[in-house]
Amino acid sequence: MARIEAEVGKPQGGLMKWIDDRFPLTETMKQHITEYYAAKSFNWWYVFGVLAMVVLVIQLVTGIFLTMNYKPSAAEAFASVEYIMRDVEWGWLIRYMHSTGASFFFIVVYLHMFRAMLYGSYKKPRELIWIIGMLIFFVLMAEGFAGYLLPWGQMSYWGAQVIISLFGAIPGIGDALVEFIRGDYSISDITLNRFFALHVIVLPLSLIGLIFVHIVALHHVGSNNPDGIEIKEHKGPDGIPLDGVPFHPHHTTKDLVGIIVFLMVFTSVVFFAPEMGGMFLEHANFEPANMTATPEHIAPVWYYTPYYAILRAVPSKLWGFILFAIAVVLPLFLPWLDRARVRSIRYRGWMHKTALTIFVISFVALGYLGLQKATDANVMAARFFAVLYFMFFLLMPYYTAIDKTKPVPDRVKYHE
Amino acid sequence: MNKLKSLRLPIAIAALFISVQGLAAGGDVELESADIDPDNISSLQRGARNFMNYCSGCHSAQYVRFNTIGKYLELSEEQLVDNLMFNAEKTFETIQASMPAADAARWYGTAPPDMSLMARAKGADYIFNFLKGFYLDADSPTGVDNSVLPGTSMPHVLWQLQGYQRPVMEEHTVDGVTSHKIVGFEHVTTGSLDAEDYDDFVRDTVNFLAYISEPIRSERRKLGVWVLMYLIVFWVIAVMLKKQIWKDVK
Repeated sequence: MARIEAEVGKPQGGLMKWIDDRFPLTETMKQHITEYYAAKSFNWWYVFGVLAMVVLVIQLVTGIFLTMNYKPSAAEAFASVEYIMRDVEWGWLIRYMHSTGASFFFIVVYLHMFRAMLYGSYKKPRELIWIIGMLIFFVLMAEGFAGYLLPWGQMSYWGAQVIISLFGAIPGIGDALVEFIRGDYSISDITLNRFFALHVIVLPLSLIGLIFVHIVALHHVGSNNPDGIEIKEHKGPDGIPLDGVPFHPHHTTKDLVGIIVFLMVFTSVVFFAPEMGGMFLEHANFEPANMTATPEHIAPVWYYTPYYAILRAVPSKLWGFILFAIAVVLPLFLPWLDRARVRSIRYRGWMHKTALTIFVISFVALGYLGLQKATDANVMAARFFAVLYFMFFLLMPYYTAIDKTKPVPDRVKYHE
Repeated sequence: MNKLKSLRLPIAIAALFISVQGLAAGGDVELESADIDPDNISSLQRGARNFMNYCSGCHSAQYVRFNTIGKYLELSEEQLVDNLMFNAEKTFETIQASMPAADAARWYGTAPPDMSLMARAKGADYIFNFLKGFYLDADSPTGVDNSVLPGTSMPHVLWQLQGYQRPVMEEHTVDGVTSHKIVGFEHVTTGSLDAEDYDDFVRDTVNFLAYISEPIRSERRKLGVWVLMYLIVFWVIAVMLKKQIWKDVK
């Protein structure tokens, strides 16, 4: 015993040292939390990343409790959701948090993505952060879609029916692919079961993995800021960026303020308007799935409707599907479509500002049109806005290259 | 100007929600408002009585337990059993229809739907207008049709109360196509209730249906106020903490 102590030495420095000798705990905390420097000039657009994390945690925790009482079978799913709503202690709160959380996940992620577009956060050297982020968005869309089938209401069933049948438009393999996805000749108990597996295991695991990589990449290159300047280029004698403040305690305490404001909005919906007028919980979904009766009006949940409107605007099923897919994937190429020399909207010219405004208007308009019935006028309007949506991306290499930019300052603008 | 700028984001988010709320409104049939009062316990008690006496013979409310209703409607177990429970069920059991669904499907062509969530699926106004919208139609097997749900297989269960009515039609010609639209009703036979009392009867019933579609509604709204008050206090503390931490950042 004495010989071993002589060799290794008596434990010194307590538990932290014991851990640090075996795992880089202090080092990791410094690198990612207490000595990770981000610009002091962050505005509130920068809160949506951390809010997405908050929503993720809400979804994971409430999801676990829902799983304890939910039954993924066509015969029992609908009743088990009502059992959660009525008989499980606090089940209603858990379920409303989860259903509201789904919509808020998209609100927060859309705003987070728009922040990146405002300040050119996807530009070099942050292309990979953006690409990983887009992959997160794709997985999130799949996660929301799989989850929407689980309550087994009328809209669950027919919404899934419409979307899954889209894959049938692919020539050659279409029908086989649809059958492969459903696992049956129609949406059935089998489909529900596998969507449950995807929703609670495959997709959340992918999501967590991708988010981890997203943050590792972010902390490697450092956060962008509203001026689109590299704060690392101006360091003090201590090697700390002059315009940076540590993530903790500075950004954490600021984020906390934002998180509480977010929770006020979130809980207002959960407690006072969980259906959100039929937007977050659709009325038709309070009727159990019935494969012999179609609901009057089938529309996907609001967060898919911009893309759904594009799909519906095309007369050919195959081309509708292709344009739908392109519309979803196009933003992935932003780092290479945008050829401006500056990152932030603050120093860009009128062309980019106009284009971005048109993009926002067309995206919101498409989202609205996707919720409405496909009347002739609505389809024409959707075509118009779809063209604008695609033009924003496809013409970007031209207008960003010739757009007059303003000189970018050396240091960030900050005034309290 | 700076102050205005800092408001841009909250305004954008608020605008998103307002437009979202606006979208939800609208429908094809113009419905008269049911004007229910979810906080009126005696209206709910009357509605429960109406439902159990006139509806539950055919319609179940299979997710709704008797004791949940009893507690919310401030009824003792004895009152509950005496006034609302007509079969040998236990108070913790759910409301089942007396008529077997298979027989119902054979007799009416379709089984009467469960009523647990009808008010959330269709809206209180829809049911209110539906229950007021039966009119005589000699071609229908039940002798009546309905202005809200044409071709319904439901007979006019409340005929003794409302009496029978026939529709007042208006002719519309649009692009050479003539269509008829029901603009009102006139009594053929009178029932035991006058028009106003019948409205109240239906209103109480719909109020009860709205309650059972989400029994937790009033509790969640009460709790929500406390949650928001807590968050406001927490927010004040968080703002003070942020100011303290950031005071040296220039």
